[in-house]
Amino acid sequence: MAQLNMVQAINGALTHEMGRDDRVVVLGEDVGKVGGVFRVTEGLYDKFGEDRVIDTPLAEGGIIGTAIGMALYGLRPVPEIQFSDFIFPAFDQIVSEAAKMRWRSGGEYSCPMVIRTPVGGGIRGGLYHSQSPESLFIHTSGLKVVCPSNPYDAKGLLLAAIRDDDPVLFMEPKRVYRAVKMDVPEEDYEVPIGEAKVVREGDGVTIVSWGAMVYEALTAAEQVGQDGVDCEVIDLRTLWPLDVDTIVRSVKKTGRLVVVHEAPKTCGFGAEVVQRVMEQAFLHLEAPPVRVTGWDTPFPYTLENEYLPLAHRIAPALMSTATF
Amino acid sequence: MSDASDDPLLGLRHVIRDDGSADPDTDPFLPEETLLAMYRELLKIRRIDVRMLGKQRQGKVGFFGTITGQEATPIGTAFATRQSDWVFPALRESAIMICRGFPLSTWLAQAYGNSADVLKGRQMPSHMSGRAVNQVAWSSCIGPQIPQAVGAAFAARQRGDDTVMVGFMGDGATSQPDFHSAMTFAKRWNAPVVLICQNNHWSISVPTEKQTASKTIAVKARAYGMPGIRVDGNDVLAVYAAVDEAVRRAREGGGPTFIESVTYRIGPHSSSDDPTRYRSAEEVESWAAKDPIERFERYLRKAELIDDAKRAAILDELEAEIAAAIDAVEDLGPPPRESLFEDVYEALPPNLAEQRDALRALPEAPKGH
Repeated sequence: MAQLNMVQAINGALTHEMGRDDRVVVLGEDVGKVGGVFRVTEGLYDKFGEDRVIDTPLAEGGIIGTAIGMALYGLRPVPEIQFSDFIFPAFDQIVSEAAKMRWRSGGEYSCPMVIRTPVGGGIRGGLYHSQSPESLFIHTSGLKVVCPSNPYDAKGLLLAAIRDDDPVLFMEPKRVYRAVKMDVPEEDYEVPIGEAKVVREGDGVTIVSWGAMVYEALTAAEQVGQDGVDCEVIDLRTLWPLDVDTIVRSVKKTGRLVVVHEAPKTCGFGAEVVQRVMEQAFLHLEAPPVRVTGWDTPFPYTLENEYLPLAHRIAPALMSTATF
Repeated sequence: MSDASDDPLLGLRHVIRDDGSADPDTDPFLPEETLLAMYRELLKIRRIDVRMLGKQRQGKVGFFGTITGQEATPIGTAFATRQSDWVFPALRESAIMICRGFPLSTWLAQAYGNSADVLKGRQMPSHMSGRAVNQVAWSSCIGPQIPQAVGAAFAARQRGDDTVMVGFMGDGATSQPDFHSAMTFAKRWNAPVVLICQNNHWSISVPTEKQTASKTIAVKARAYGMPGIRVDGNDVLAVYAAVDEAVRRAREGGGPTFIESVTYRIGPHSSSDDPTRYRSAEEVESWAAKDPIERFERYLRKAELIDDAKRAAILDELEAEIAAAIDAVEDLGPPPRESLFEDVYEALPPNLAEQRDALRALPEAPKGH
C-alpha cells in the first residue's frame, strides 16, 4: 500500500472520482495548469482538460456562485477557495444560497457540491492565510462541515463528500498537508460523514479536537500520561453533523472534557461541544469542561505559536482537569 | 459590434411606434395567435397585481411585489424562450411561470404561504419558483442568482444540452460584486446565458442616477467583451425581439448577451413601500402614459386583432380564471409544522430529528403576527 501525504491523498481522491463520474468538475483560482498553490490539484488539468479543471477569474463569489449553478444543473462541482481566509467574498453564496437552496425551493432544487479550502495556522501565513472559520458555517443550517486530520480520512471523506447530496465545506488543515504520511489504499473507500474517531483510548480525560490540533492533543496526552493521566483523544473528522454519541460515550467514561481548537474561543465550536456534553452527560462530569483554543484576537504572524493551542498549553489544562 | 444600432449609447430598440404601427425593420412578425396570447398574459398579470394588492390591503396576504408597468419584460421573455430554458428570476419575473403553464392557483398559493405552496410556506410572497417550469428558487438578497445562471449555462453546455439560461436582475443589482463576477465569468466561458436587467429606475428609493455614474447600464457589457443591448422595456415586441436574438445566439454557441430593458415601476417597491416619499406624481404620470399594455393594445387595434368587444371578453374570462384560482387556495391551512425540518438536508440529521420531536411535544404557537 502506498504511503501518501494528505496532498497526495486528496489528489488521488479527486483523480479517482473525476475518472469515475464525468459530472465532477474542479474550479478555482490557480487550480488548473499550476495545480493549485498547494499542488493539491496537480495533474488534473492534463488528465481531464480545461472544461473540467477550470482556472477561474479571481473572484471567490463568482467561483461559488457559478459552482452553485453547475450543481443546480446536475454537475458535481468541487470548487476550491485558495485559503479559507478568502472565503468571505463568497460567504453570501455559501450561507444564503448553497445552504438554503433545498429548503427554500421546497426540496425541488439542491446544491451537491464540495467546497475545498485549506484552513488553520502553522505555516507562518499571518492573519489572512491562517484562520479557522468553521463555526460561521456550522451555524448555518444546510451545510455539512468536514475537517480530516490525516491522509486516509482525507481521501475517504472527500469521496463521501463528493457523493453526498448536500453542500459540504471540506476544510483541509494545511499544516498537515505534507507533514504526515500513512498507508492510503488505492481502491475506492469512503469514510462516512458524521462519524468521529477515537484515536487514543484512555479513561482519565476526554480530549475532543480536529484537524492539525489532533496531533497536539496526542502529544499532550503522551506528556500527561507520564504523570498517570490517561487521556482519550477523539478526532471529530466531521464537525457537522456532530457525532455527539461518541463524545458523550467517552465523557461518561472519563467524567472530564477538554476541547482543543485553533479558532478563537468565544462562540467557537468548542462551546457547542461542551454544551452538548452538559445536556447529555452532566451528572457524569467530575470537573468543569475546559476549552484550549486560539485567543479572541486576529491570527498573528510573528507570535503564531503563542496564538495556537499547542501541546504546551493543552498539557496543563489536562492536568488541572484531571486533578480538579 | 459592427452595426451602429447595437451601440447601447445610441438609444433604445423599439418596435411599436406611438401611433400603434410597427417598425418593419425591427418587427419580429409574430403570428396572430402568439400576439393575442401575449396580450392575454399581459392583461392577466396586470389583473393579478390588482387583486393581490387588494388581498394584501385586506390582510389576506402579508406582502406583495407588483410588476405593474413592467409586464413587457417577463412576458416578452417567456415567449422568446423554450420551456426547457431555465429562468433565474429576481423580484419581478415570477409571471414567467404562469406563461409557461404553471398552475395559477399553485402560484397564488405561494403568496398565501399555505399547504398548496410548493415552497411549503417558507418564502415571503412574490418569491415564486417551480422546477416544473424550470424557474429556479431565489433569495431576497440582491444579485446572487446572476453568477448562478452563468454556472448553470456552463453546465448545460458541458452536458451537451442546448438549454439556455436567462438570469434577471434590477438596476440596483448591477452595483453588486455578483454582477461583476457574473459578467466576467459569462464571457470568459462564452456561456449560453442571457442576462437581463430590468432598469425600472428605482431601487426602492434610490434612483438609477444615484446608483451609477455610467451613462447607461447596457454599456457596461462592452468592458466584459459581450454585446450590450438597450431595449424599450415597455414595448413587448421589442423585448421579445431582443431576447429572441440573444437566446438564439446563446443556443448557437455565440455566447452571452446583456440586455438592459428600460422600464418603470409604476407601483411601490412592495406593499410595504410608500413611493410618495421619494418621487413625484408627475414622474409616475409621465411613465404611466407609456404603459406597455396600452401601447401593445394600440398595435393590436391597428392590426385589427382586437376591439372593445374582444377586449371585454378576454377581461371577463381572466376575471373568472383568477377568481377561481384564488378561491381554490385562499382558505387552505398552513403547511404542517413538522415540515419546518424537511429539506434542510437530504436526510434528517440527529439534531433536527431531536428538534422536530421537541416541537411536536409543544402546544401550537399563537396565530397571527
